[in-house]
Parts: sequence; C-alpha cells; structure tokens
Amino acid sequence: MTARQKRMMFVAMLVAGIGVFITLIMMALNENINHFFSPTEILQGKAPENHSFRIGGLVVTGSVKRDTDSLKIEFDLTDGAKNYPVLYVGILPDLFREGQGIVATGEIKNNVFIAEEVLAKHDENYMPPEVADALKKSGKWNEDNTEAMKHPENVPVGEGYPLPEKTNLPGEPK
Amino acid sequence: MKLPAIVHKFSSPKNFYVMSGKMIPWFMWGFVLSLLVGLYYGLFVAPTDYQQGESYRIMYVHVPAAWMSMFIYMIMAVSAAVGLIWRIKTADLMASVSAPIGAAFTFLALVTGSLWGKPMWGTYWVWDARLTSELILLFLYLGFIALQAAIEEPRNAARAGAILLIVGVVNIPIIHYSVEWWSTLHQGATVAKFDKPSMHISMLIPLLVMATSFKLYYAASVLMRARSEILRREQNTRWVKEIIDNES
Amino acid sequence: MNPSEFFHMGGYAVYVWSSYGLSLVVLGWILISPIFTRKSIIKELKIKYRQQQRQAQDKNE
Repeated sequence: MTARQKRMMFVAMLVAGIGVFITLIMMALNENINHFFSPTEILQGKAPENHSFRIGGLVVTGSVKRDTDSLKIEFDLTDGAKNYPVLYVGILPDLFREGQGIVATGEIKNNVFIAEEVLAKHDENYMPPEVADALKKSGKWNEDNTEAMKHPENVPVGEGYPLPEKTNLPGEPK
Repeated sequence: MKLPAIVHKFSSPKNFYVMSGKMIPWFMWGFVLSLLVGLYYGLFVAPTDYQQGESYRIMYVHVPAAWMSMFIYMIMAVSAAVGLIWRIKTADLMASVSAPIGAAFTFLALVTGSLWGKPMWGTYWVWDARLTSELILLFLYLGFIALQAAIEEPRNAARAGAILLIVGVVNIPIIHYSVEWWSTLHQGATVAKFDKPSMHISMLIPLLVMATSFKLYYAASVLMRARSEILRREQNTRWVKEIIDNES
Repeated sequence: MNPSEFFHMGGYAVYVWSSYGLSLVVLGWILISPIFTRKSIIKELKIKYRQQQRQAQDKNE
C-alpha cells in the first residue's frame, strides 16, 4: 500500500466512523422523539391511527386476565388519570406484574391496544425482599431513607428504609 | 508548562520496563484475592433482590465491566494527550496497548447487559440512549485500533489516535448522564450518586470489591502489554538486546 | 442454599452463568494474549540479533 492510499484509507475510515456515530445518535434521538403515548393522550385522539406506536403506563392492579390455555393476556394501563385496555399474545418479561411500569409497541384495533412487544422498566434500587416488605409495611416506601440503607442494622423493622421515588417511565419527563 | 523531572525519569522506556516488571505480580495477586472475595460475596452471600430475584447477580460482572470501559477510555485519552503535548513515548504506548483491553470490557458490558435485559426488560437490545452511547464507545475503541494498525510510523499513528481519542471523550459524559438526559429503558444511576447509593449495603460491598478487582486486572494486563511493546519499539537499543540475550 | 439451588439461580441460570462464563473467557483472553505476544517478540528479536551478529562476523573475516 502506498502512502497516499493509506492516507485515503484514513480519511475514508474517519468519514465512515463519523457517519456511523451520527446515524446512531439520530436513531437514539428518534427513539426519544417517538416516545410513548399515555392512556389520556390516546383517549384524546392524539395517537397515530393505522400506525404502530408506543403506549406507556403502570399495569392496573387487579386488571390482569391471563388465558388459561394460551399466551394471551389482557390488562389495563394507567397514567393515574385514565386507563386503556391492552391485549398481548406472547412471553412477558419477568418483571411484568401489577403496578409495574411498562412500555408496549403496537396499534389500536376496536378501542383495544394490540401489543406486539411489551417491555418492563425497573428502578435503580436493589435490596433484599425482607427489606422491601418492611419498607412497604412501614409505609415509608416512597421516602428517602439513605441512612437506613447504609446502616440497616440501626433501623428497627418497620421504621423505614429508603426507596423508590416513583418509577420513571421511558419518555416521561423527570 | 513543564513536567517534573521524575515523570520523565519514570517514563523513559527502560525505567518503565524495569519498574512495571516489579509491579505486575502485586497487581496480579491483588486481583486474584479480590476476585475470590468478590465472587464469594456476590454469588453466595449477597441476598436475593426484591424485584429481580437472582438475575441481578449479573450486575457483579456487568457493572464493573461498564465502569472499566469508561475508565480505560479516560486513561487512554489522558495518556494520548500527554503524549501529544509533552512527546512522551511511554504515554503514547499506554494509550495504544490499553485499547484492546478497553474494547474487551466494553464488549463484555454490552453482552452481559443484553443477557440481563432479556429476562428483566423482555428484550436483548433497545435503541435507548444508554445502550447506544455504550455501543458508540465500542466503535471508538475499534476505530482507534484500526487507525493504529493502518498507520505504520508510531509517531503518526499516535498523533492520529490521540485526536480520535480526545474528540471521543465527548461520549463519556453522554454515557454517564444518558439515563438522566433522555428517557431510557435502562434505569438511573445506583452507585454513582456518591452521597446515597440506592443499593443495600450487603449487595453494594461485593460490587465494589469486584470493581477493584477489575481495576487491578487492567493494571496487571496493561503493564504486561506495555512491556512487550517496549521491547518491540526499542529493539535497536543495547539494554533491550541485553534483556533478550538473558532470556532463556 | 444447596448446590442445585445455587446452579439454578432462581430460574435465571442460562443468563447468569452465560454472563459469568463469557466474562471468564474475555478476562482469560486479556491475560493470555500478552503472554503469547511477549514470547513471540522475544523469539523474533533473538533471531534478528543472531543474524546481525553473523553479518558482523562475516564482515570481519
């Protein structure tokens, strides 16, 4: 390879590299722009028709109906104000449970959101189940108990532990 | 600005070769010890997570690998800048021999993250800002390695590589803050909120031990690579010839 | 925790153990590749120095 060919390769690689870089950033941003619609927005008719989009919300407690002999599942999603029914056939992520924040991709047919994909989002907190139970029992689940997290031995059970502020959903302003 | 004389003394290839040879065994032993402790506490002692069950144990390799991917990049960018400004050969060399290790850790972080994402989120991959920016980091490493391989003359290779590394530094804060700046499927920071990590202490300790272990591992392996590269680059000097003659 | 429970990882065995297995492979590679590089460089330089020595001797004769 001559010196000039090498220089050309260098330039080509740099251009290709920057190209990939920008493309990926655009894709990431696009995903962000294409954020999900809440049940309220859908009921206001803001969601696209005959076009795949994303819905996000919390799974309504008590709304989950599983089919006994297929993978079909129906549940309602809520944004705190309005609910919207979702139908999904397939394997759910293990974190799917009542009260969990999820994002589903699909489209609306006959006033039901037919999901092609359901993704679950979890929070950034890690703790043993006993601690989580104690927290919930004590009603301190939402409070920031950093001290308790650092020195669990000092905190009587039921006195409180850290934790989650509300789980932020993808696309949701923080 | 001048660097203190001791920096130049230590960074002369010969001194660096001799001193790093003495340091490697210490790093290696520290690594083995902390790895055993970290794995024992991470796999056996740390409790099950309330939300994710046992699957969260992937964290003990995923998170240290992801930290290393950024840490090594910063080391490379700083050494490349030092090499560029002060013309220190050993600094250029540190950047170039760190690259394969950094790329390996980035690859590891991406794959283990994907193996964790499948059972928890329900997908191996999603184009969210955190995952995408980490993938860009892998491309930066691979681009740097390709650039070094394409340019034969070490000084030119170092200069071109340094520019790529320094421009790419922009990506590091993007990775770190991606979970705050964009809405990502990836959850927010757990440990890096220095004042209040949201992790139970019994789960946090093994993580920090594993992170230390990975750092020691990088230290040992990067010095090993640097020593070989010094022999190659300094092959026309008398001291290298003496070392080679004494090798069985 | 008994051994079978431990290997089962609460049903996540595939994901957990493949992550740890892959880490082992990657870390192993990071360590082993410089050992081989060093060996090959030493070998290469030994040959080179021997050739130089021979050339120097030829000139002297």
